[in-house]
Amino acid sequence: MTASQTPPHAARYPAGARAFPHRDLLGIGQLERHEILFLLDEAEQWVALNRQRTKHTDTLAGLTIINAFFENSTRTLLSFEIAGKRLGADVVNMHAATSSVKKGETLIDTAITLNAMRADAIVIRHGSSGATGLIADKVDCPVLNAGDGQHEHPTQALLDALALRHSLRERGAAADDFTGLTITICGDILHSRVARSNLLCLQALGATVRLCAPPALMPAGIEAMGAEVFHDFDAALDGADVVMMLRLQTERMSGQFIPSAREYHHLYGLTAARLEKAGKDALVMHPGPMNRGVEIDSDVADMIDRSIITRQVEMGVAIRMACLEVLTRRSRGVEGWGEAA
Amino acid sequence: MKQTRPITITSGRLVTSAGVREGALRMVDGRIAALGDVTAEDGDEIVDARGGLVTPGLVDLGVFAIDKPAFHFGGITRAALMPDQSPALDLPSRVSYIAKSGKPDLWVHPLAAATRGLEGREIAEIALMREAGARGVATGRSWIADSGAMLRLLQYAAMLDMTVVTHAEDAALVGSAVATAGEYATRRGLPSAPAEAEAIAIARDLALAEMAGARLHFRQVTTAAGLDLVRRAKAQGQAVTAGVTPAHFMLSDLATVDFRTFARLSPPLRSETDRQAVRAAIADGTIDVISSGHDPRGPEDKRLPFADAEPGMAGAETLLAMVLSLVLDDVIDLGRAFELVAGKPAQLLDVEAGRLEAGLEADIAIVDPDRPWVIQSAKMAATAGNTPFDGQPTQGRVTALWKGGVAIGG
Repeated sequence: MTASQTPPHAARYPAGARAFPHRDLLGIGQLERHEILFLLDEAEQWVALNRQRTKHTDTLAGLTIINAFFENSTRTLLSFEIAGKRLGADVVNMHAATSSVKKGETLIDTAITLNAMRADAIVIRHGSSGATGLIADKVDCPVLNAGDGQHEHPTQALLDALALRHSLRERGAAADDFTGLTITICGDILHSRVARSNLLCLQALGATVRLCAPPALMPAGIEAMGAEVFHDFDAALDGADVVMMLRLQTERMSGQFIPSAREYHHLYGLTAARLEKAGKDALVMHPGPMNRGVEIDSDVADMIDRSIITRQVEMGVAIRMACLEVLTRRSRGVEGWGEAA
Repeated sequence: MKQTRPITITSGRLVTSAGVREGALRMVDGRIAALGDVTAEDGDEIVDARGGLVTPGLVDLGVFAIDKPAFHFGGITRAALMPDQSPALDLPSRVSYIAKSGKPDLWVHPLAAATRGLEGREIAEIALMREAGARGVATGRSWIADSGAMLRLLQYAAMLDMTVVTHAEDAALVGSAVATAGEYATRRGLPSAPAEAEAIAIARDLALAEMAGARLHFRQVTTAAGLDLVRRAKAQGQAVTAGVTPAHFMLSDLATVDFRTFARLSPPLRSETDRQAVRAAIADGTIDVISSGHDPRGPEDKRLPFADAEPGMAGAETLLAMVLSLVLDDVIDLGRAFELVAGKPAQLLDVEAGRLEAGLEADIAIVDPDRPWVIQSAKMAATAGNTPFDGQPTQGRVTALWKGGVAIGG
């Protein structure tokens, strides 16, 4: 299968590069609904490839992708690395946890250095909101945001949407967007870039999004982004079609936000009994890493018919392949996508 | 350098606290000798103002750097320097050095650090620093969180008859926040604190100052709730004054879009409602002083992710034009505009300047209030071009400036 093959819903996009006219992927906030659908549709071919025995193409052969992670990461970094390698690119990981990299000009200098090494795409995770955009301004190649502070984590939202779409299809749903669905996101919304990107993405695809957290972990003014705000988890679950749990990001907390993990679990932990308050057969999602017994109980996380947590991980590789492939089309001179560099 | 020959400025529009009147102004031996229906005497140097405004030189209360080219561009002849220097102005020797540093063509009035190292705990040697030339006491960029320390400071400053200049943001509420809590901070994922952090700090400091009988100046009041507290305290006769910088009456938190670090300020930009409240408070007299907060920052402080960048803006060059925009918008008249940027700050610093009155220092500017220009970050006179107004067309420029009767740059 190659990228030039017609994606399943080609008719609903503008032709060529107008289907996705962005050089970088910095956030869901910059995307139109049809651009989100385009990336999801593009990912389908990679889902299929990843399920074959030989999971490799040479689509990006000869290209260099740098994963520059200024913040610790295991799963996202691995997912991007696998995505790049399956596409045939040369993938290099640069580990630079914020603690060891001196702030200041160093961030810009690092960007200029990566640029001078003629990377064909740079994937960045950084602890400060807006940092990936700052780097994107300084480099000549596409930049993919793998998480910037508490701002956005666009590939996570896209992979969540793809995982949800697959699960709904398995259940016989015909639509490929989420119109009419109610999705409850519960956890540390304040510190979560995943919550922000998912809120934007799920709403763009037609879903109603409820956010649930204790007041200290709910960002001010998020109603203005169209979310329904809840502090009572049972009320937030009432009739929900999907429940997405987020972990407590204790590494970002300064001061006390909750009395204890035990008390948090009492109010906001997803237990099997509590899941009954949600809609019939409601799906359970979690971007990981999970803290079992805190925000989610093991028996819920492992429910075969309800939990799609491992599918989220699977879709992550496909989504990142789609993003890397689409964003490098211009430099590869794909027909209709501009000149080769 | 002293004035050697009397100067008479003719054909000007004199801006006094009572209003604008046509006339001339005569400077002799560094002082304003006479103004109004004045004729030049034999031997005077005659300067034709050609209908321009003749105004007092600006007195900038609360700057973070001595940046002479920027100050002179902006018509600023005196600047009160914040103690947030490296090292802090918490010793008499540092204060006396700074007090002489700008002379003769710029007078720097040091504000003594209220506490040693500006750490908010131990009161610094304020009396000795007053002897060394300090014109006030300042808590610096931050609030004194310890209420006991603040009360003792206010009592001590009251005894010495010195004004305490304070920063109004509750430190514990603010923490490491870089934005005002609300939709925009949430969309950008920026660490934010509620705007109420300001009113909470003001309420406490007003209560402590009243107990101590101290004069208090809030360097920046930027929220409707904070301004209401100041308004009420003034109505009750408390010795309190308030200031603001143009950023908070020109911009709201919308300006931080795209993580523009030139709009990273302390206190952070507020909501549009608060911006309107600041303009109303300038109009009704709740705000006494508009200062530049001049804080030039190079790329090493600003070319960073928003939350990692240092706060502050280079404001000296744009101060006058921004205040004149309030005149164009009918928020205030010209007489009051110069009270805000010269008369009142001079009074707070207890210096003989800031107004057009016979006997005061001849710190004089001629201003063309209509002259259009475009604010350009890359072309500023300041040591750094970190202005949130980059690219904005504006009007009003200083065309001539005298410090103590001596022409600057001429």
